[in-house]
Amino acid sequence: MTTLAPTLIESTLQPNITLVLVTVGLVAAGTALALDRSLVRVLLGMVLIGNGIAVLYLVVSGRAGRAPFVGEDPATISDPLPQAMVLTAIVISLATIGFLLAMSYRLWQISGTDDVPDDAEDARIQRLAIEDQTSSTYDPSEESTTTSDELADGDGSPRRP
Amino acid sequence: MNPTDVTVTDLVPMPVLLPLLGAALTLAFRRSPRLQRGVSIAVLAAVVAVAVILVWQTDVNGPQVLWLGAWQEPLGISLVADRLSALMLLVSAIVTLLVLVFAIGQGQADSDDETESETPLTIFHPTYLVLAAGVSNAFLAGDLFNLFVGFEILLFSSYVLITLGGAAARIHAGTTYVVVSLLSSALFLVGIAAVYAATGTVNLAQLAIRIGDLSPGVALVLQLSLLTAFAIKAAVFPMSAWLPDSYPTAPAPVTAVFAGLLTKVGVYAIIRTQTLLFPDSPLQGLLMWAALLTMVIGILGAVSQSGLKRILSFTLVSHIGYMIFGIALATPEGTAGAIFYVAHHITIQTALFLITGLVERLGGTTSLDRLGGLAVASPVLATLFFVSAMNLSGIPPLSGFLAKVGLLDAGISVGTPLAWLLVVGGIVTSLLTLYALAKVWSQAFWRTLADAPRSTEMAAALQDGTLDVEPATDPASAVLVDASPRALPRTMLGATAAMTLVGLLITVVAGPLFAYTQRAASDLMSRDPYITSVLPVEVRR
Repeated sequence: MTTLAPTLIESTLQPNITLVLVTVGLVAAGTALALDRSLVRVLLGMVLIGNGIAVLYLVVSGRAGRAPFVGEDPATISDPLPQAMVLTAIVISLATIGFLLAMSYRLWQISGTDDVPDDAEDARIQRLAIEDQTSSTYDPSEESTTTSDELADGDGSPRRP
Repeated sequence: MNPTDVTVTDLVPMPVLLPLLGAALTLAFRRSPRLQRGVSIAVLAAVVAVAVILVWQTDVNGPQVLWLGAWQEPLGISLVADRLSALMLLVSAIVTLLVLVFAIGQGQADSDDETESETPLTIFHPTYLVLAAGVSNAFLAGDLFNLFVGFEILLFSSYVLITLGGAAARIHAGTTYVVVSLLSSALFLVGIAAVYAATGTVNLAQLAIRIGDLSPGVALVLQLSLLTAFAIKAAVFPMSAWLPDSYPTAPAPVTAVFAGLLTKVGVYAIIRTQTLLFPDSPLQGLLMWAALLTMVIGILGAVSQSGLKRILSFTLVSHIGYMIFGIALATPEGTAGAIFYVAHHITIQTALFLITGLVERLGGTTSLDRLGGLAVASPVLATLFFVSAMNLSGIPPLSGFLAKVGLLDAGISVGTPLAWLLVVGGIVTSLLTLYALAKVWSQAFWRTLADAPRSTEMAAALQDGTLDVEPATDPASAVLVDASPRALPRTMLGATAAMTLVGLLITVVAGPLFAYTQRAASDLMSRDPYITSVLPVEVRR
């Protein structure tokens, strides 16, 4: 590795522009999706970000070369280390996607929607708004979906006025 | 071959391997809860023993390094146990063992009175052991990518544990947690890619040498991307909002182990990378501000809460600020104080969350509006809470006080205006912690139940059958409107008492422990012991 390192650094100084653009596109699209309220869209966003990062590792591995088998000339092969890393990352993201899919299905089973719920503080502020005075940004048609069991109500639903 | 040579380095991977083996066994024995319990306890007890030996050996003989897979040296995966890693391993092993005992007690108690078990044993044991393996792997990792894998192992088991049972509240809380964790993992991966592109290695010891040769701008980008990823995991303000929303809904033992360990793995990663990779950090000021805001905003959150679990979650965030304070000082004293604080805080925060689990069992809720009279109901529990609360808020002569004094001392000896500001912030935070926990004490333990604002209304509604409180979706809180409090199971109380005692023990051994953390910190600061023991001479460049 020590003999490889300097050439590697040199080749990453001239990255493949297509790969960089693909990375940027995937991560940007993924971030936009991940900001959505629906868990399935968040999941799709995470998939795109993960794939974007996988492409980023191709940029990092420098100039493309032959498949890195034992016995090949080290000067002609592509750097195997980022490939090993990205393989691990891909396996992990596969498992994560499976878990998130199961979780959004369960969320849909429970609440009939896969929207990510309000957090507890939002719900509390909303309740204060109902009880005291309504702030200018308060929209009474939106009901809180939090299920925190520790708010003063304890039953997880906002107190009716 | 000399047998002593074999044992010490061969012990290094054991904290990872044993729990993984145990996870496989408990999965195979899923029809026999008794065997599962035996295997889990045996495995985690063995890890404690291994960690004790590692602490002793690293203190005497320096860092222990094991290269896995017989690759050429800087290329393979190294596991490194130095003083810092070994101490973290020991504390985390003790915590995981005691929390496991608590969880077993809870599982047995729940199956006795035929309510739905809060910790389904078949899934709980393997997942919990994998979590322990992930935590150990993160502490032992000698390269950034293995650190990432350790994080992923522990995060993945934490996803399963935090949504255990699949009840609505847990799925909702889990959503935030999983998405935030995924994002931080993605950032970490980008950081590793950048590190590899700039230096051609991910081995920490090699990076320590090569990052020094990089231009300051590139090094700053690497440092910022790694710091951001770790700060999300450690719940440093402004990346801390996810924690109080996700931890409180998990089962009591799960919350306890998460609160004790998971954020501290992030803190460990920050300590490791800051000291080893970026010793001349230009970001000290930034870290100090982050530490100050984490402390103050976290504790203000705790003061405003009315639920015990949320109060504790906010104090957890707040006290992460103390550790960041110690790291940001970047002096041996500051780092030593931070390491001591981590050890203290892991035990005490776990103890407090275990006590909360017992409070929930005894009083049926953790909402302070509906609790009261617990000091009469269970004097033992009240004593445990009182001692732990005083310990966390830093009342002399407990370890919380000693840890804070160590940090404040380090801050004063640095003496810049910002350091003084942090010292003041630390004292204010400590006082506010005392205020928040004293409020819990006077409301939940000291007053009579009749004084609790919402207890009478509940009781009345119960009597004439017009309870307008909808039944909680969570089976754990569904039993809460019990007229007669249940007796506390002895195993759970014992485990909690043991956890509190470990907290007190840190006070007793504070002298030697502080000396140990100072040696660990001077190792970290000089960096040589780590680098020379990991790298063979010919690749040391």
